[in-house]
Amino acid sequence: MTTTIPASTAAPTAAAPAEPAHDRRSERLLVWLFLVPTVGGLALFTLLPIAASFVLAFFRWDIITSPEWAGLHNFGDIASDVTVRRAFLNTIGFVIVAVALQLGIALWLAILVQSRLPSWLQSVFRSAFFFPLVLSAASVSLVMAYLFNADFGLVNSILNAVGIPDVQWLSTGSGAVAVVIFVYVWQSFGFSLLLFLGGLASIPTEVYEAAELDGAKGWSRFTKITLPLISPTLLVATVMAVIAALQIFDQPWVLTRGGPGDSTRTAVMMIYQSGFQELQFGRASAIGLVLTALILAATAAQFRLSRRYVFYQ
Amino acid sequence: MTARRPHVGTLVVLAVATVLTLGPVVWTLVRAVTPEGQGFSFSAFGDVFDQIDMVRLTLNSALVTGLIVLGQMFTAALAGYVFARLEFRGRGLLFGLVLATMMVPLQVTIVPVFMLIRGMGLSDTLLALILPAVPTAFGTFLMRQYFMTLPPELGEAASIDGAGPFRTFWSVYAPLAAPGLAVVGILAFNYHWNEFFRPLIFSISEENYTLPLGLVTLQGNLGSGSVSTVLAGVVLSMIPAVVVFVFGQRRLREGLTAGIGK
Repeated sequence: MTTTIPASTAAPTAAAPAEPAHDRRSERLLVWLFLVPTVGGLALFTLLPIAASFVLAFFRWDIITSPEWAGLHNFGDIASDVTVRRAFLNTIGFVIVAVALQLGIALWLAILVQSRLPSWLQSVFRSAFFFPLVLSAASVSLVMAYLFNADFGLVNSILNAVGIPDVQWLSTGSGAVAVVIFVYVWQSFGFSLLLFLGGLASIPTEVYEAAELDGAKGWSRFTKITLPLISPTLLVATVMAVIAALQIFDQPWVLTRGGPGDSTRTAVMMIYQSGFQELQFGRASAIGLVLTALILAATAAQFRLSRRYVFYQ
Repeated sequence: MTARRPHVGTLVVLAVATVLTLGPVVWTLVRAVTPEGQGFSFSAFGDVFDQIDMVRLTLNSALVTGLIVLGQMFTAALAGYVFARLEFRGRGLLFGLVLATMMVPLQVTIVPVFMLIRGMGLSDTLLALILPAVPTAFGTFLMRQYFMTLPPELGEAASIDGAGPFRTFWSVYAPLAAPGLAVVGILAFNYHWNEFFRPLIFSISEENYTLPLGLVTLQGNLGSGSVSTVLAGVVLSMIPAVVVFVFGQRRLREGLTAGIGK
């Protein structure tokens, strides 16, 4: 931030040669040349669009006829639309259940992987749990749609073998919701697990040894020692998991297209449908803004709450 | 630590979790090579090529992902270097702005980006997928962090030897940035090879479909008829991702968890 300061101050010794003037000019040229693709690109493809979203949300526009001022109509419309309300409630419910499962499973398995295992076995488990992250959510959902098929799916075959009758997984509301949650958590818990493994590795072993001398074991060791010490990681993992889960789309789209009825319709699905199927771009933008507000509010709330439980060493 | 015997319960829980995690993948592989009513056979793999244009889909995916990967590595290296190494007015503000774009969810900008693409005359082209994905805030952040770990003395020495700013970047710092660039490239590959939402919106005609979109279409067209065919397609599309997993797992893990304090 010091364009006015002579270049020679960069080299403190008097003997150092002063930077030639043309070098300073070419350095300034380099700065702008190197920044333009990224800064210009982000301005064009992220900042301008977010600003445009705010404007579009107040218009009625089907892309064919010219846009028409709509005031708050789009927002009133989505607030009173049963399907949109349902989609947002579905999304919020999904986030609560899926994130709780994702973090719970990830933390439990991370603690087990970290404890008392030879390191080669640790890396085997870590790789196994990490693997689903490299697959596409669309492909995974295709596979899971077959596994949960009510007539010939492997899941029902296994249930039948232990005496449980067929479950109508994808053709009933509650079944479809359960499958979407399962598929999402199946693919996502590995990421939280990686974060937790990092957090657990930073707890000094002496802490555990001291705790053991004091008789802290099992559950009390978990709540009194592990949990407070990884609370900063827990905050990061929760914030990231909630942001990602609020944007769920691929899995319910491939598995159910939002059905049966509206039972697996999500907020992002409404953006897609309003915008790109019904050509109501103003309405799609308004839904997008509400979702963004939800993401920001959820993140802010977690940081606020974290003051009570996060313990920084 | 001294060798402590693992708890049996621990091993059982981890083994069950591993079976649940890898089970669907193994089932996919087995089912792809045992088509309906036949024993072991690779016929489903032939069927995929008959029923959808796998060559086209693969080429599209490779082109889109490849150019995004290269574009991100190149632009992130340039911007990351400038933010890490050079002083200029407004640096803090610009870098803050770059970081702020990471908070904007993709779905919120998708409508205006679609309009923009349309205005640029790029509707229903592969460029519609590539161009908006090249500028990368996260990649720039990673590269900045990486360049900051390299000693500034290298550049000072080069400039005393008479190298200009471009030469200092190109011959001194850029070659040292390879490990950081690998992380950016692997992350970009993993994300865009598997991407579904943007292709669903931007690729209108089938000749511009990418693999995930093509496979979902295949399932939709055939309904429940040919499980093995769809699964064979899934297996084929997984291969590059698995290769990256095998060779880049550590880098991928580092990248995904980068910037997050332990």
